[in-house]
Amino acid sequence: MSQLDLSELQSTEFPVPDELQGNLAITSISKLYNWSRRSSMWPLLFGLACCAIEMIGTAASRFDLSRFGMEVMRGSPRQSDLMIISGTVTKKMVVPIVRLYNQMPEPKYVMAMGACASGGGPFKEGYNVVSGIDKYLPVDVYVPGCPPTPQALLYGLIALQKKIDGQSLANMDDVPWYGVGPAEPTPIPVLGPDIIDPRQMDLIRRQAQMAVQGKQFAVGELPALPEKKAEPKKVEAKATAAPEVAADMDPVKAERMKKREEALARKRAREAAAEKGE
Amino acid sequence: MYGQGIAKGLWITFKHLVNTYVDDIRYAGRKYVSQDNFQVRQGPKSQGAYTVQYPDEKIAVPERFRFVPFRVDSDYDDPERPGQDWCTSCGICAKVCPPQCIWIVRGQDPNTGRPVPQPEAFFIDIDICMNCGYCAEFCPFDAIKMDHDYELASYDRTSRHIYDKPKLSKELRYWKTIAPTRAVEEMEARGGWDHKDVQKEKAKAEKAAAAQKAAPAAPVQTNGGAASPAAPAAEAPAADDAEKIKAERLAKREAALARKRARDAEENGGA
Amino acid sequence: MAIAVPQTTELDISQTIDWLKQKYPDAVHDDTRQGFGGVVVDKSMLVEVAQAIRDDLGFDYLSSATAVDYLGISDHMEMVYHAYRTTGGPALVFKAQTDREKAEIPSLVDVWLGADFQEREAYDLYGIQFSGHPNLKRILLWDGFNGYPMRKDWQEAYFEQEHKPFDSRWPGGWVHRAEEKNVYGKNVRYPDDIDLARLSDTSEATLYSGLGLGVDVQELESDGLQTDRLVVNLGPHHPSTHGVFRMIVSLNGETIETLEPVMGYLHRNHEKIGERNSFLHNIPFTDRLDYLSSMGNNFGYVLAVEQLLAQGARYQPPTYRAEVIRVLMAELTRIVNHLWSLGFLLNDLGAFFTPMLYANNEREKILDFFEATAGSRLMCNYMRFGGVFADLPERIHSVANLVNDKVRDYNTMEYLAQMITERLPRFLEEYGRLLVGNEILRERTINVGVLPHDLAIALSTCGPLLRGSGVAYDVRRADPYSIYPELDFDIPVGVNGDIYDRFMVRFQEIHESLRILKQLLPRLEQTKGEEVVTKVGHTPRVPVGEAYGRVENPKGELGFYVVSEGDEKGPQNPWRYHVRAPSFINLTALGPMCRGYKVADVVTVLGSIDIVLGETDR
Repeated sequence: MSQLDLSELQSTEFPVPDELQGNLAITSISKLYNWSRRSSMWPLLFGLACCAIEMIGTAASRFDLSRFGMEVMRGSPRQSDLMIISGTVTKKMVVPIVRLYNQMPEPKYVMAMGACASGGGPFKEGYNVVSGIDKYLPVDVYVPGCPPTPQALLYGLIALQKKIDGQSLANMDDVPWYGVGPAEPTPIPVLGPDIIDPRQMDLIRRQAQMAVQGKQFAVGELPALPEKKAEPKKVEAKATAAPEVAADMDPVKAERMKKREEALARKRAREAAAEKGE
Repeated sequence: MYGQGIAKGLWITFKHLVNTYVDDIRYAGRKYVSQDNFQVRQGPKSQGAYTVQYPDEKIAVPERFRFVPFRVDSDYDDPERPGQDWCTSCGICAKVCPPQCIWIVRGQDPNTGRPVPQPEAFFIDIDICMNCGYCAEFCPFDAIKMDHDYELASYDRTSRHIYDKPKLSKELRYWKTIAPTRAVEEMEARGGWDHKDVQKEKAKAEKAAAAQKAAPAAPVQTNGGAASPAAPAAEAPAADDAEKIKAERLAKREAALARKRARDAEENGGA
Repeated sequence: MAIAVPQTTELDISQTIDWLKQKYPDAVHDDTRQGFGGVVVDKSMLVEVAQAIRDDLGFDYLSSATAVDYLGISDHMEMVYHAYRTTGGPALVFKAQTDREKAEIPSLVDVWLGADFQEREAYDLYGIQFSGHPNLKRILLWDGFNGYPMRKDWQEAYFEQEHKPFDSRWPGGWVHRAEEKNVYGKNVRYPDDIDLARLSDTSEATLYSGLGLGVDVQELESDGLQTDRLVVNLGPHHPSTHGVFRMIVSLNGETIETLEPVMGYLHRNHEKIGERNSFLHNIPFTDRLDYLSSMGNNFGYVLAVEQLLAQGARYQPPTYRAEVIRVLMAELTRIVNHLWSLGFLLNDLGAFFTPMLYANNEREKILDFFEATAGSRLMCNYMRFGGVFADLPERIHSVANLVNDKVRDYNTMEYLAQMITERLPRFLEEYGRLLVGNEILRERTINVGVLPHDLAIALSTCGPLLRGSGVAYDVRRADPYSIYPELDFDIPVGVNGDIYDRFMVRFQEIHESLRILKQLLPRLEQTKGEEVVTKVGHTPRVPVGEAYGRVENPKGELGFYVVSEGDEKGPQNPWRYHVRAPSFINLTALGPMCRGYKVADVVTVLGSIDIVLGETDR
């Protein structure tokens, strides 16, 4: 070990390849690059539902997105870096959304604003609702809330900026858009009898064959909630977890930890059962 | 004259622009520093644009503001039940939840298998939660409240967006800080800072204590100061108490029945 | 029968029904089910009876037409129509019943043009064939969608249970995501006979039919010169469609020949979910209909359910203060909504952002009040059956919780008074000077997008759109609710029915709202201390029956048709929960209004209707 550890000077926490270790220039270029990128994120002018109203409210003068260099809402996907999925994504709408996403130039980011965009929200059970845009697009930041207030959205945008700050030019995984060849476009879903994700065609075909054989079609084997099964595990968990926890914690905390451990054990059991089911 | 309307409009926009800077001058550069200035700037008397410099100054949210719910625990240094759940796992919040995002596992006594008034596990899927506030509104034990912390953005939802019991639990003192007025109102309705059940227990204990206090006092009065054996004296008031309670209960029952009859009559009359 | 019936158009509802029964003794019967009203019309005579209702009886305004599936109760489907007179008064409710298997009902488009979209919706979601409908296509879902989702026996992929609350949540509620239950990890379900060999996007198949694409060769020969008709898609991602709305426009040069609205991009199944929810669960869902005026939506829904509750015993109507607060909220919402819509109309005209930002500044101040009172800026969820969530707070104040939090503290009544008597009037006066005289605005809007007043009534338009065409029809006056009868306000109307008139109607409605609010302030002071929180619990016993509650929402007449009917356990959930969405029905007028104008006027006309997609698609 040398006296001067240059790696300490690198502010990014991301892995730097061995041959570049200690190369300060890369990090500062990365910094400059990230700074310029994160300070001019142009969102796609694109509102879906209730959250769009809060998004516009954020862009208006009270919360003022332009303080972050984001006020330039572009109508064209070709000119935008950030797609704010602001509201419920329906099956009918996800087709144009994926198309728009494919048209955006790299580097591009997706933010799921609000509960609906993240995971379906209160409308999750609906027949025309996509339960989370991350089923179709890679999402960078999730902003919970229904709807998130402008300040919550701003917090999410700052979180996205932090994420960009963490990217390093030295790491190809961070900046895949400098790789060879164009990026693969996301396959566009098809509206058939129900929405069809082309990536799942094999699965659908398999299920259709099963249906021909008389099995129930398109109904997943439910992960049986193994409460009965979990019973013995609970005892085990108690036996193993309790003594080591109790040693150095106050009883309330220990109790809480114990319960948590139990819940986790049950969760694991359930997940295992679910995997078996698949 | 053509163009007059446009010119007028342009003048107004210009005035707006100037107004915002006049504000700056009025506050002599202290627009973003002083608390009072913030209040005026965000209030109905403000002029021009009133931007909030978000990460550097945030609008504190009003008391009734609702975001994701949290569960109330007793303070960790509470003398009666430190760090314990207020939730009795009655399930009302799960029932009134419109999108059904609350999941509760009712606690069970490991020996008897009977339900105990404490949840074994408690989950809220914040990707479903619609922040409507029903859970807090209808909880009979004030055990679930709406949080004011909206800064929840995350990079990954699969692992982080189902809140479990440890993540949801916050101390009572937190609720007292974020909603002082309402906390006091609720305390008054409940009758004290403690949990409803603790209140009840306390009341019971007090009653018992009062009865015990009354016990030695009563015979002293009736017997006119004559020394009497302790055992029967203690028994007699107890029996008295039992009778009294019985009579009270009967009276209550009568009253309730009368009320019910009246109601029925009214209903029949209405129909 | 020489005895002239004195003015059939002035008969009250029971007389009207008698008149109908007398005239059509075989076709018209009373609806005798408990809690139901109106008449049941034999479907073979429906068009004739409807014509009589419109022409002889004067019910010229078809407010709502909706389908109900009574599977398991009487095993038929039913179309329910609510017709009103534009001169005011209560509804004439008439129904037509049909078999579930082969559901067919004659279309009423010829009688009331406004039935167009509503019948298409019933076809889309219930599969009722409307014979005689000129354009019977799916409207909210896409062509090729499997099944009719609103039918009671249709279940979605994430279906869990018929009624909320679900049993899996308590007491053994181990959490899982609904995705885990589906092999695809999504809420999709494919029919057993899915044809994977020939799988293509079927959703757009019929959209372009009937547009007459391509060059007509015969005409080319006779005329010698013809240009292609150009078909342009506006939306669903378009900055000026106010959301995810799409219009297919066919153009001759720059002139619009036909315009067809395509919607359903935000169809998030309110009604299906609403029929699973309990009565209480639906209140926060109504917030998300017209998400700019959630208070008004709450109001309409609680009025509908209160109608039902009032039929049972032991129901206490809201106190006077509760009513005052409700009206206060509804009028503030109207201001919020109109400010927004005026700002965005100007945006559509090309006045980018300045008017919108000014209006938004004022809007934010009102939202601050909502946030302090109801808890949320947009999704207020404030009204309850028989009252409101809580009284106005003593002070609008906050407590610092996060780092850098800045605290505000105002007296609520002072804040309100300042807003209503000083800030908003001052702003309006200035806004008027900024916009009303503006030459560009006048030239872009006067005599553009004209909707004549008889057409406006026939198309069942409502709100500022209808009033801009010179019809002084406002539910607050025509069929008053709450404390509106005792308040003093005018109903602004337009003359020409063009965009400018609608713009001015909105403008003046803000003034009228302020007038109402000024009258409310002393009432709020007088009733201080009165109880406003309801005693109706979280599971009210709602008597069996039907109710149609409607309010004058900023966008127009918002109606909720609620049927309470249930299984052996009694009605816990609405059997039918239908939203008569003003934005949806107002769009019927979009095509006729745009025909003959330039393509640049389309966005302006759309902006002047003031739609919100959450309500259009539900």
